Amino acid sequence: MANMSPVKNPIPEQDPNVRNKNFLEVSLGYDEATAVNEAERCLNCKHRPCVGGCPVNVQIPDFISLIKEGKFLEANAKIKETSSLPAVCGRVCPQESQCESKCVRGIKGEPVAIGRLERFAADYAMAHPTGDPVEVPESNGHKVAVVGAGPAGLTCAGDLAAKGYDVTVFEVLHTAGGVLMYGIPEFRLPKAIVQKEIDTLKAKGVKFVLNFVVGRTETIDDLFAEGYEAIFVGSGAGLPNFMRVPGEGYNGVYSANEYLTRVNLMKAYKEDSDTPIYHAKKVAVFGGGNVAMDAARCAKRMGAEDVYIVYRRSEAELPARAEEVHHAKEEGIIFKLLAAPIEVLGDEDFHVKGVRIQNMELGEPDESGRRRPVPIEGSTDVLDVDAVIVAIGTSPNPLIRTTTPGLDTNRKGCIVADEDGATSKPGVFAGGDTVTGAATVILAMGAGKKAAAAMDEYIQNKK
Amino acid sequence: MYQILKKRRLSSNVVLLVIDAPYVAKKAEPGQFIILRVDAEGERIPLTISEYDREKGTITIVVQEVGATTIKLGQMEEGDCLHDFVGPLGIASELEGYKRAAVVGGGLGCAIAYPQAKKLHELGCKVDLIAGFKNTDAIILEDEMRAASTNLYVMTDDGSNGNKGFVTTKLQELLEAGEKYDVVIAIGPMIMMKFVSETTRPFGVKTIVSMNTIMVDGTGMCGGCRLTVGGETKFACVDGPDFDGHQVDFDEAMRRAAIYKPQEQAARDHQCNLMKMEVK
Repeated sequence: MANMSPVKNPIPEQDPNVRNKNFLEVSLGYDEATAVNEAERCLNCKHRPCVGGCPVNVQIPDFISLIKEGKFLEANAKIKETSSLPAVCGRVCPQESQCESKCVRGIKGEPVAIGRLERFAADYAMAHPTGDPVEVPESNGHKVAVVGAGPAGLTCAGDLAAKGYDVTVFEVLHTAGGVLMYGIPEFRLPKAIVQKEIDTLKAKGVKFVLNFVVGRTETIDDLFAEGYEAIFVGSGAGLPNFMRVPGEGYNGVYSANEYLTRVNLMKAYKEDSDTPIYHAKKVAVFGGGNVAMDAARCAKRMGAEDVYIVYRRSEAELPARAEEVHHAKEEGIIFKLLAAPIEVLGDEDFHVKGVRIQNMELGEPDESGRRRPVPIEGSTDVLDVDAVIVAIGTSPNPLIRTTTPGLDTNRKGCIVADEDGATSKPGVFAGGDTVTGAATVILAMGAGKKAAAAMDEYIQNKK
Repeated sequence: MYQILKKRRLSSNVVLLVIDAPYVAKKAEPGQFIILRVDAEGERIPLTISEYDREKGTITIVVQEVGATTIKLGQMEEGDCLHDFVGPLGIASELEGYKRAAVVGGGLGCAIAYPQAKKLHELGCKVDLIAGFKNTDAIILEDEMRAASTNLYVMTDDGSNGNKGFVTTKLQELLEAGEKYDVVIAIGPMIMMKFVSETTRPFGVKTIVSMNTIMVDGTGMCGGCRLTVGGETKFACVDGPDFDGHQVDFDEAMRRAAIYKPQEQAARDHQCNLMKMEVK
């Protein structure tokens, strides 16, 4: 008999006023009994709408059924059939707009907590290693390269390795993981978990070459010359955008990429870290996406008393996940909505001392269907802050585009790739933010997965 | 791991290190830089490539021991390994097609200026190399600079080598004497590059500067290296490091470069205290 409770089992979390001073994980995860109880809410519908909502087609009702039966390791194995990073997806996927949005239980009440169950199964498996050696697939004798060790690249590498390819991943940073390591903060995605997923790939035979800049150290054509038969480019989002308002050159103005990289990858949150960072008392974050929420919540944890999210539309239009907004509010982040930054103000030492904002109201809907924010004539305010973090997206990195003849890019500079990741250059496939512009981890993973299948087909047909 | 094959002390606080880094050496060109980390917990620091040897697979860097990381680097010995070493980064300097050039180096910048002079010289360009140092004790690589230039002018701030004055004093003098340079290349502290650019501006001489900004990743991700050039935001790591000196907003760049001064001082003091403890 299914559990007919209309609401999800709540997930235990650190108290907001405790966690906003530490970098430990916010959400603590289900215990076994709660996981089984939540799994029993799944009706195991025949038409499985949830699976269609997952960019990597996790067989959701199947793994949930295994949790119901207490077969937690088997549940994890089921997820791993299609997803190479379950512990990551269970934490950072926007389930509310994907699998859970299709759940039949969501029609009258809350959907099944698919994300929390996925996380449970993955964490359980990590905590209970079987000790069995990782199965290394038999080699098919073909050599492929993956550029970038972020979510798209890791997924693509994992799928290709499973098919027997000799996969080498080239990464510019000193650590593999991409945005999972440098961007998403420890309190939302512990780095030890990402490292375990990477170690699993290594055990399966995937090779990682760190400190290697494709486009500089070697080009795409150099890699072909070295015998790689197909190359996947998942080089990520690229250079941060700025507002182009006066005063962005003052000291204390960070891009979210820089701020998060200093805090996460370079461990500025640890007292003994060599990485310098400005410890601000009051911070304004420009933007309303997940990256803005991460930056704001990091700034709070780094000791800022007041942290503002400054966003030009209203709460309904915030691009961040509802859960991130909710967590940010709980932690005391102040939302300045319908407010557009028009100038960064500086003191005599050229350090940020405030932000002038233009108050806005919602007008007629624009092309995106969202109501367009319009300035309220003469209505401006000044926020008293000593640091600004700009989180309004990124523009593509030029390194590969400018060094790869025959690779088409669009007006914005993103690599042009079809549904399966094929680009204009034979043998080169691409996916993730470098194709779409800044998007989510799971969409990048989906692109990496499709490209892996297309690369396999490309190489098999070439014979 | 990237082994230190050779270490040579150039002055009391400047060392030259030859690093085993075949991948970097394969493609390195004058003007490009690398990023290194000394150990697994270290910060990433950018350093301009001084020399490279494709056959031996080595990169030469010259380090001034001024911060926590560079002090650690200075203490490393031949045979020790660096944890990370990535490059070559940035766009290579354009050195072809010039007949007459002035290369201006300031302090440590001379370690990067002289290979540029050397390359120009090899390409058949007549090169005046103007090198500036605080005093005689700080002078580095004098023989190498002499070999790489048509005329070498070594200036000291205090005149202790008999040539008192800044590099701009000599540059001004040469320009006023009617030297017609196709290009002036300035490499050194930002303040020096700013004044070199101001010196050449009235003469309308093309002036290229190498912007050594703060960086984290150095590959076009963090945006920490941004600067304003001709009113536009540019990124030293992927758009540079070479820029038109007459277009760079040096005042902003210098302020941005100084943002972590207090923390660097604290880290340095911490490091120095640790060294004292080791001595005990």
